[in-house]
Amino acid sequence: MAALVQTSGLTAFYGDAQALFGVDFRLDAGERVAIIGANGAGKSTFLKCLTGLVKALPEMVRFGGRAVGGAAPGEIVRLGLAMVPEGRRLFPSLTVEENLLMGGFARRPGPWSLQRLFTLFPILEQKRRQPATSLSGGQQQMVAIGRALMANPQVLLCDELSLGLAPIVIKEIYDQLPALCAEGLGVVVVEQDVTLAQRVSQRVYCFQEGRVSLEGASDALTREQITRAYFGV
Amino acid sequence: MNTTREPVALAPSSGLRVVRSTAASRAALAVGLVLVAVAASMPFWADSSWLRDFVEIACYFIFAAMWNLLAGYGGMVSIGQQAFFGLGGYVMLLLGNFAGVNPFVAVPVAAVASAVVAVPVSRVAFRLQGGYFAIGTWVIAEVFRLGFANTSAVGGGSGTSLTALRGIDRATREHTTFWIALACVVAAVALVYLFLRSKQGLALLAVRDSEVAAESQGIAVQRVKLAVYVVAAFGAGLAGALYFVGNLRISPDAAFSVNWTAFAIFMVVIGGIGRIEGPIVGALIFFALNKLFSDYGTWYLLGLGALAIVTTIFFKQGLAGFAQQRWGWTLFPTQRRVELDPVVLS
Amino acid sequence: MLDTFIQGLLLGGLYALFALGLSLMFGVMRLTNTAQGDFIVLAAFGAIAGAALVGATLAALLLLPVAFGFGYALQRWVLNGTLGRDPLPSLVVTFGLSIVIQNALLQVFSADPRSLDVGAFATRSVAVAPGLAVGALPLAVFAAALACTAALQTLFDRSALGRAFRAVSDDREIAELMGLDASKVYALATAIAFVLIAVAGVFQGMRTTVAPSDGPLLLLFAFEAVIIGGMGSFWGTFVGALVLGLTQQVGFRIDPGWGLLLGHLMFLAVLVVRPQGLFPKTRG
Repeated sequence: MAALVQTSGLTAFYGDAQALFGVDFRLDAGERVAIIGANGAGKSTFLKCLTGLVKALPEMVRFGGRAVGGAAPGEIVRLGLAMVPEGRRLFPSLTVEENLLMGGFARRPGPWSLQRLFTLFPILEQKRRQPATSLSGGQQQMVAIGRALMANPQVLLCDELSLGLAPIVIKEIYDQLPALCAEGLGVVVVEQDVTLAQRVSQRVYCFQEGRVSLEGASDALTREQITRAYFGV
Repeated sequence: MNTTREPVALAPSSGLRVVRSTAASRAALAVGLVLVAVAASMPFWADSSWLRDFVEIACYFIFAAMWNLLAGYGGMVSIGQQAFFGLGGYVMLLLGNFAGVNPFVAVPVAAVASAVVAVPVSRVAFRLQGGYFAIGTWVIAEVFRLGFANTSAVGGGSGTSLTALRGIDRATREHTTFWIALACVVAAVALVYLFLRSKQGLALLAVRDSEVAAESQGIAVQRVKLAVYVVAAFGAGLAGALYFVGNLRISPDAAFSVNWTAFAIFMVVIGGIGRIEGPIVGALIFFALNKLFSDYGTWYLLGLGALAIVTTIFFKQGLAGFAQQRWGWTLFPTQRRVELDPVVLS
Repeated sequence: MLDTFIQGLLLGGLYALFALGLSLMFGVMRLTNTAQGDFIVLAAFGAIAGAALVGATLAALLLLPVAFGFGYALQRWVLNGTLGRDPLPSLVVTFGLSIVIQNALLQVFSADPRSLDVGAFATRSVAVAPGLAVGALPLAVFAAALACTAALQTLFDRSALGRAFRAVSDDREIAELMGLDASKVYALATAIAFVLIAVAGVFQGMRTTVAPSDGPLLLLFAFEAVIIGGMGSFWGTFVGALVLGLTQQVGFRIDPGWGLLLGHLMFLAVLVVRPQGLFPKTRG
């Protein structure tokens, strides 16, 4: 069966500088996969290739078997991939509710609606008319996730969800993921915190200088293996 | 396992040199000197209409070169530099008519006056950024225009004449004006070139590329921007004073017309923003177009506007920039390049 | 005294119409349209030329969809390419358009000032209160300005399109990630701005004579209104325009040559004392 997301030999450039050197990656429906690696290892670039913000050759990136590399971001979100960007990047001029509504701009059919999101994150209903950036860090993260879910995605990319959040808030957020995946949603989680990444995922990819240096089941990889792959020693 | 590498010191002994000029630029310098010498001899053999044309084009060029410095290097696009152009003209006239100063001497003085006025003006103008800064400077120029138009001592809206040169015979006046114009052109080019090669110039490029990064390196961004603004005002004032020495008659509409900036923009955009040779190329093209088409009035200006639009959209670096990218032509090198000696490091 | 006040407010209404389009384009895509005034003059001449064929009312009405289409095309195929971190390309292109328009109009219409003939409407008076009469035309302009500001602000705050405008202006990349096509959204913004320009041009042609070189001055008025009012809010622009109109009117009363100058000085004063304008909308 075709993978939900698959990359084969993905290479990408920023101008003249090569950022990715042939990355092979696979995500199946209902899976939670984590990507770890040092700063500059290529994690964000990889996500940008998936979302269409960085161009790649068509066959290098496939959704459900379909070649989508280099397609416009608008097209990709219509095909069912949504991202929770690093640093949240909520729209400051919009309220919580308006941010969520923007997430549904592509009008993909599916189960997610404002009401369903408010059931998932009740605090957001209370604050729905407030400017989104006036909320606390954890609440903003919920808005960012909700905004991505409003696109009714099949694949959810989460770039550094834990950044700037207290551990208890991080836990509260990540605890929501398994339920989401039970419905078939595939989730890619990029994290700096390796232990956290292992805990919330089933498989892990380690990136190092634009390449995949390690791949395996989250509970099977040893600390030593990961350290070596992380630093390229 | 532990490997460390010592950084390579960029000292002459290590086989690396920091180089600035190319063969092309050295040749151009020689040619330039010859051209200046030839030009200086013009009053002895050229028709007086040529001399007047040269003075006019010199004013356009100096104004454009200063606009280029401000926008291309300083990153500040202004549609109001004519404020200092007109101010230079009026100060020169005031000194000549009312203070008994020789107008030729008054030219650099007027330029300094413009530079001084630029300081308080910058306090207001720098409150704005980007496109709104551009229009804001235009408003300031309008305030200058209306101010002088409402002052009857200088002839109000209809302007007045430069009486201080009445006693001098025409040939002497035209020749002296010409030589001063030539001197101003050489001075303007030298000023911009040396400024950009200096530490201040590097600081300016850093600020242009990223203000935040420059600030973090210890560059006083506001001071650098003020310095460029003042230098550009000096140049504009110089051009203005020179123009009205040649023109003999000044009026607020002529002195503070936005057309000055429009022509400067066209010269620089067509020649290439941010490059020193840009305004030179642009001025030459502008001069040629002027000679060929100015009889056509509105069609000429319309064509100029269309040309600027097309060049901006399709030739983002202008024609000089296009040449530099395509063929590596640089007449005024300010970049520092590293060249390796044939003896390679071991 | 009251008369000056009323005249100033009504004049401000006209300036608001000049300024709304400028404010919209800058708000959505940080583009400064230095040809704003010239497009207003172009619209006025368009109405005048059209009036000769189909009468003033029909010409004015037809101008609106034409302006919408023109603005959309201009943004989509010319101005979108100039957007970016560097303000220079958009400035040069719009400035070039300004020169092109002025000279094209000069070529076609010559330098003689023209106006849009609306017969008695231009001089009719309306009694708004016992003993107080104002011109019907200035009142209509003021009413139109009020309506346009309200409509624009409502569009921005309540509609899906307004949401899209605010989102793309906040963060273009993320907005595109949600499926928004920035180049089309920008084009719609400019299309709306040009409808406002058309309205402004028609009224300007009715109220006074227009000449091909009038554009730059109208731009300065529009710009000053936006800065005085504070960026980010259309009601702010409206109030800024009223302040400008009042100031100019007071200046005219003192001395005919002082009207414009006083307006400029008020603008500079606001810039020095309160650079964010009178009613700035704070962005998070």
